[in-house]
Order: sequence, then structure tokens, then C-alpha cells
Amino acid sequence: MKVNVTVNGVAHSVDHVWALESLLDFLRERVGLRGTKNACEQGECGSCSVYVDGVLVCSCLVAAVQVEGRSVVTVEGLASDGGVHPVQQAFLDAGAVQCGFCTPGMVVAAHCLLAGHPDPDDLTVREELSGNLCRCTGYQKILDAVSLAAERSGAAP
Amino acid sequence: MLLRSQYPDASPICGGTDLMVDVNFGRARPPTLLDLTSVEDIDSWELIDDGRTVRIGAGMSYTRIIDEVSGPCPALAQAARTIGSPQIRNRGTVAGNLATASPAGDSHPALLACWAQVEVESVRGPRLIDIDDFFVGPKRSALEPDELIRAVRVPAATGPQQFAKVGPRNAMVIATVSFALNLDAAAGRVGTGIGSAGPTPLRARAAEQMLEDVLADRQTSATQEAGGWQTSATQKAGGWRRGTADRQWGEAPSVGRPRRQDPPAVGDRVAREFGALVAEAASPIDDVRGSAQYRRHALSVLARRCLNWALADLEADA
Repeated sequence: MKVNVTVNGVAHSVDHVWALESLLDFLRERVGLRGTKNACEQGECGSCSVYVDGVLVCSCLVAAVQVEGRSVVTVEGLASDGGVHPVQQAFLDAGAVQCGFCTPGMVVAAHCLLAGHPDPDDLTVREELSGNLCRCTGYQKILDAVSLAAERSGAAP
Repeated sequence: MLLRSQYPDASPICGGTDLMVDVNFGRARPPTLLDLTSVEDIDSWELIDDGRTVRIGAGMSYTRIIDEVSGPCPALAQAARTIGSPQIRNRGTVAGNLATASPAGDSHPALLACWAQVEVESVRGPRLIDIDDFFVGPKRSALEPDELIRAVRVPAATGPQQFAKVGPRNAMVIATVSFALNLDAAAGRVGTGIGSAGPTPLRARAAEQMLEDVLADRQTSATQEAGGWQTSATQKAGGWRRGTADRQWGEAPSVGRPRRQDPPAVGDRVAREFGALVAEAASPIDDVRGSAQYRRHALSVLARRCLNWALADLEADA
């Protein structure tokens, strides 16, 4: 099956996609974007979080054929200039990265959270990131990173 | 529908939050997928029957149910709020929950409590299935192989509704037990729904009957005093616009604290009896998520709490 999809602003047309192939495998193996991680494959852990048409989803639970004609944004596409997005910078500055495996999904989920709640309270942050697991249990630093990112975006003119 | 009849082996897929797990774990290998996300006009909702019923399209995500219909469908929206994580709620749908027909499906107790109807369609034509007839066994529904769910019809709330669920953590939890309560003030009826405590989602008929009688008695004795069942015109006129659900919204159970202080028990004896009748209606089993004994106990507690919350809402609205 052929899938036409825009990934991080770039149009891709990929042939011979398996009907049951997940968007996660599609992004990693066909498009070559390995930032999106594969861990649980059942939507529990959030490490494969991406945007599909602006909606945060677990890419392991989306069939690649379902994104035909849609727009996908992965962790690689958050920063427009190929640099580091302010949310990513906040994760770096707050030390919110331990082994790093959950980080891409966590960053995308945090990006989505801050887009909807520019100044979130603690409960909102916990609720919005509830679908992202960190096996290192580095949650406190992750919460710090979200606060830092929110603070900085508020400070900007 | 034509495609459905031409590809009977195809698995319908919308949010994929059930099907793709089975695919990823090698438990399902459907030869084809029938992608419902590309079907137009099924991802929205509308009011029908002069505004008395909410028709929720099969493709509408839980997130949108929470955002858009928590007013007329408070119990369903509360249940949606406890489902999975934001990522799962962004994809998952009530129709998918119904098609899977798990006894633990979170939307089922609310749909039972609200006497919802499932709108299904095939090349043979459409039909409406009462929710009471929909669940026929564990993960088995009245849906025929060639049928697809088009929408779910949920009568709009005319009084307080509550949903509660017990599980090991706040997010990403399959219910150990769950319970929904609907006080239909306009008709003087009580609806209940029990999840995860039987081969199918269940209704607690004896508990409904008992509560209907108690509330009817209260109304007769309360004369013009506030706090009765179907107290006044405002009760009905206010309808769902009162925002009963919104008030509880920020305090949903999935954020890890009691929804509110337990209200002063309105007839503690009644609440206990109600809880006991609900627990009796269940036929739970021992499994990895909890023992039958625990489930019965938890169910009686959830039912009692839901009733107390709902009665507090009823008094507040009076």
C-alpha cells in the first residue's frame, strides 16, 4: 500500500507499506526518524508520542495507512530551525534527562501540554503527562523542566 | 457499508487503541483494515429529539466528548476523563469501546445508567440497539459481523450523574470495578451501570427500584420544601445547562485526590442499602486486578459515594 504523508513539513510518499504497520515503525524504519522511541507497543508508556494533525497520539497505536494525507510532527520537528526547541532546552537545563529513552516522548507531550496550558499548575502537568512513563523515575526534574519552559515562555515578550 | 460487506474479514479501525495492541503483540492479524477515520461525518455530535438526546458520532474521541458534551452527558464525560492518558483519549472512541465490549470498558456503566442506544448500520440497513441488549457476553456484543457502529444516542441529563472507578493508579488503568449513577429527575427514574464485575457490564435493577421509591417518597413528603426529587420547574428548566458536570470537572478522580469532601450523608441508611444492592447485582470473579470479594466491597463503596455526591448535587440545584 502506498502512503502519502507530510512529516515535519516534508512530503513523503512511501510504497509497499504493510496494512498493519504502525505509524511508529513507519516513522523509524521508512522515514528514518529514530527520535520517536519504541517501548511498550501498547500505548502505556508514551515514548512514541507524536502529533497527527496537531493531536498528540501514541504512534504505536496508529496504523501507518491511517495517516494518508495527514501531517505528522515528531520530536525532530519541534524546533523549526533545526536547533533546540525551548521545551528541549528546558529539559537540558533542568537535568530532566537520565537514560533519555522516555525523553523524546516526554518532550513532545510537554510541548503539547504547554501549547494548551501556557501556565499549568502542578496537577495539570501531572495529568497531561500521565501517559508518559520514565523508568528512571526522574519525574521531579521533568516537572521542573516543564515549569522552567512555562516560566521562560511567559517571560518572553 | 458497501466496503464492509465486500471485505467481511477486514478489521474496522478508528482510534486503534485496542486493535493495534493486539496487532503489535501478534494476537490479531486481520488481512485488511477498514479505516474509519477517513469516514466523513462520524466525528461530531448533535442534539436530536428536540434536544433531549445527544447523538455522538462513532469517530468522536474521548477528549472531544470531555470538552464538548460534559454538560448533557456528565457521567459519560466523567468516565471518559478516567480513560487511559491524554494520548489514548485523543484517539479512543466510545464506539470502539462498545465494539470491543469488554466488561471493563469505562464508558459502558455510564451508557447503561443513561439508557443509551447504539446506532448500527450495514448494507441491510440501520437499526437501534438498546444498551441493555447490547452486551451479550465477555467481549461479545449484539453487533452482527457485517455491522458497524455509526453513533451512540445518549439521553441528555435531567438531573445529577456520577461515575467512579477503582484501579491501582490514576492514569492508564483498567477498572477493577466502576460504577455510574444517573438520577433522571424529569422522569423520576434512576439508572445504574456496573463495570468490571461480571461477564458483561451490568445494571443494578433492585438498587434502581429502591432508590426510585425512596426519592418518590421524599418528593411527596417534602411538599414545597426544597431538596426533593424533581423539586421544581427550575430543576427541569435548568436542564443540563446548569453545568453540574463542570463544577466537578476540575476535581475529577484521576488527579489523585477525593473529588470533594464527602457531603453530609443524606440518609446514610439509604446510601448503605443502595451500595449493598449494587454489590449484590454484580457477579465478579477473582482475577489479576482484584478478588471477587474486594470487587463487591469496592462496588458498594463506589455506589454509596456516587449516591451521596448525586444527592448533594440534587440539593445544590434545588
